[in-house]
Amino acid sequence: MSEHHHPNYVKIWAILVGLLVVSVLGPMLGIQIVTLITAFGIAVVKAYLVAKNFMHLNIEKRYIVYMLTTCLVFMFLFFAGTAPDVMEAEGSNWEKPSFELYDEAASHTVGHGTAHH
Amino acid sequence: MSSRPIATTRSATEIPTGKLAVWWLLGSEIVIFGGLLASYIMYRLAHDAWHAQAAATNTWIGAFNTLVLLTSSLTAVLAHQAAEEGNGPKAAKLLWATIGGAATFLIVKAFEWTMEIRHGYTITADTFWSFYYTAAGLHAAHVLAGAVVMVFVARSAARNQELHRVELAGIYWHFVDIVWIFLFPLLYIAK
Repeated sequence: MSEHHHPNYVKIWAILVGLLVVSVLGPMLGIQIVTLITAFGIAVVKAYLVAKNFMHLNIEKRYIVYMLTTCLVFMFLFFAGTAPDVMEAEGSNWEKPSFELYDEAASHTVGHGTAHH
Repeated sequence: MSSRPIATTRSATEIPTGKLAVWWLLGSEIVIFGGLLASYIMYRLAHDAWHAQAAATNTWIGAFNTLVLLTSSLTAVLAHQAAEEGNGPKAAKLLWATIGGAATFLIVKAFEWTMEIRHGYTITADTFWSFYYTAAGLHAAHVLAGAVVMVFVARSAARNQELHRVELAGIYWHFVDIVWIFLFPLLYIAK
């Protein structure tokens, strides 16, 4: 157990509750950009406040931050690897009819352009 | 020669082994929850029809449970502070308050799900609801697991024993809080 200076936890909790109120009321305006900022922007701020002040990541050994960041990066890599199969529903295993049609159309355009030159 | 297992006495990274284990656990949880949430976002963006389904979730219930978890995180970190000061009984009381928060969260969730299921929003009703119950259910399982662990930690802390465990339980609990911080806007606000 590490001895360290403790921040004012009640104050941080009050800020988190204030941010929660904003994240609920903001989207009620019905403006998309306001919803994105108040709902998801504030979620990132709240998560940062909890990780920094409650989990004490700011005074933890850097190794921990690097390890957690590596896990996060790998998660995004796995995500990027599978995203095309979901976002482009037709086809599977990296064989996408719509992509092939697009490529075919693109090659025709290039061929057409070359013929003129 | 000490009779304690070597894993509890060594610290290869200058981090106590127990704490390091909790951080590694959370590293794996990042991939589990991160993958689930990323998949949800991907499907959500690809299917406009999900908006209509998402409109059926109750924002106020979600907000109340967010308040409960934020408050339980406060009591968990105050328990950690009390443990550092060597005040085991105070740490135990604060951990019981955190367990109370976990119980409140799960009770509210049980009522919420009962209401939704009665309205026909079951896990097989729609892909949105499949994600909803999977993500919130996996999170609720973590809340339950955290509460059970904290019961044992609080019991030993009350006798001023194994006070370092209070911090370890707290770190896990704050992560559970962070996951909900992201689940709340995704499932309850984005409509």
